[in-house]
Amino acid sequence: MPKVTYIEYNGTSHQVEVPVGLSVMRGAVNNGVPGIDADCGGECACATCHVYVDPAWLEEIGMPEPDSQEASMLGFAAAAEPNSRLSCQIKMRQELDGLVVRLPDGQH
Amino acid sequence: MDIHLNYDLRADAYSRPLDTLDVSDPQLYFTDTWYPYFERLRREDPVHYTPDSPYGPYWAVTKYKDIMKVEVNHRVFSSSDDVGGIRIDDPPKGMERPNFIRMDPPEHDEQRKVVGPTVNPMNLAKMESLIRERTCSVLDELPRNEEFNWVDRVSIELTSRMLATLFDYPLDERRELIRWSEVAICDIKAPDALVRSEEERFAELLKFTEHMNVLWEERAKRPPEFDIISILAHSDLTNKMSLRERMGILILFLVGGNDTTRNSMSGGVWGLSQYPDELRKVRDNPALIPGLVSEIIRWQTPVIHMRRTALEDAEIGGKPIKKGDKVVIWYISGNRDEEAIENPNALIADRPRPREHLSFGFGIHRCLGNRLAELQLRILWEEILNRDLKIEVLGKPVYAYSNFLRSIKSLPVRLAA
Repeated sequence: MPKVTYIEYNGTSHQVEVPVGLSVMRGAVNNGVPGIDADCGGECACATCHVYVDPAWLEEIGMPEPDSQEASMLGFAAAAEPNSRLSCQIKMRQELDGLVVRLPDGQH
Repeated sequence: MDIHLNYDLRADAYSRPLDTLDVSDPQLYFTDTWYPYFERLRREDPVHYTPDSPYGPYWAVTKYKDIMKVEVNHRVFSSSDDVGGIRIDDPPKGMERPNFIRMDPPEHDEQRKVVGPTVNPMNLAKMESLIRERTCSVLDELPRNEEFNWVDRVSIELTSRMLATLFDYPLDERRELIRWSEVAICDIKAPDALVRSEEERFAELLKFTEHMNVLWEERAKRPPEFDIISILAHSDLTNKMSLRERMGILILFLVGGNDTTRNSMSGGVWGLSQYPDELRKVRDNPALIPGLVSEIIRWQTPVIHMRRTALEDAEIGGKPIKKGDKVVIWYISGNRDEEAIENPNALIADRPRPREHLSFGFGIHRCLGNRLAELQLRILWEEILNRDLKIEVLGKPVYAYSNFLRSIKSLPVRLAA
């Protein structure tokens, strides 16, 4: 099963197996990784599962379309960066085995 | 037995012809009798057309999932004052008070991004110790063995101080802000309304704006600070705002920054008095407090509805929505939707997924201050439990006559010595 590494804002690292088809957000929530709130439950409607994708993975993951719902929501996340994504919108694939994402200071 | 579903009310709700059901009547919220009417709509006609109401024809969207669909589809379901704004009653002609909650992108996005930093995680961390200090002093000054109004002594006291901090407004004049907030949101037909007409309301709000504008102009000349007025006065996007635009954005913060949190502070005390076992769970395990806070915000649902207007023909829950139709999303009903939330009328401290509720809205208009609200409520409950305060509720809450904000006017309590 592919693995994802979540790195909390304080540096604590969690490596978790995330089944193919599940979102990176669910992978964190189901395994009790702190720092992802996911208030809307994965509807791309709240920006509280914000993560920074490790630059090495940016190309494989891709970026949201500029006028997409995800881009709109990320526009209001505190401290969004060019490598910001909403983790509910990243579906796990075998190719993403080893993915590294960093968590922000707070979900907003 | 479910405390909210009084038999006679239920009989009334289910015996009326469906097409005459109108959930816009403020009386339903004043008397807290709305439960069975929404229950019936969710079961029999979840996207319900009311052809004739005091606010004109409208669609009532009552289920969690349908409300979420409307919320995320801001391209079709507009919040703009130009087409009708965010409340079931249209904005008063010529007296509109524009602000970003009543705008669509791109104007909405620009304004929201200016003021967002006031409540970012860094600023919240800075506010925490101040909020705790104030919460402790308010709780420590409460009388013992004597009846008092929790709303006035605790909920208003704490949120008015927070509001004064957000505006960097003189602390000893904080109750003035509360009065203006009441003026801004009260239903002019309410028996205790502070203003009786839209003209009177506008005149009062103009006084408020002129008063705040003095601070705005002063702060524009001083180095930037982190209060809302200074941020607005120093941003290129907002510093040239007309007086009317200043009125709009200041009122948004005035109401958003205190009224909703106040009502969750009161509603939590009332709710836990009805579910004392839940309070016991939290006393035994304080790690439940953040979840309890989310649950209280859901259970109270401080904002009863939001309104959108369809910019094109659309469909919600199988119903055809026509361009121009008024679509009212009832958070108060979505938060009681049995299909989304198990046993929804109960307040449950250790509910799974407590953060999944509609009280803050979703999509681009999601409540800007939601984390600040949660922070204030968390600290309040931490300090109540730290002190082991035994709050005895002596009577039912008195609710406001309003179909927009679920305000609690008074809640009589007594603290054991």
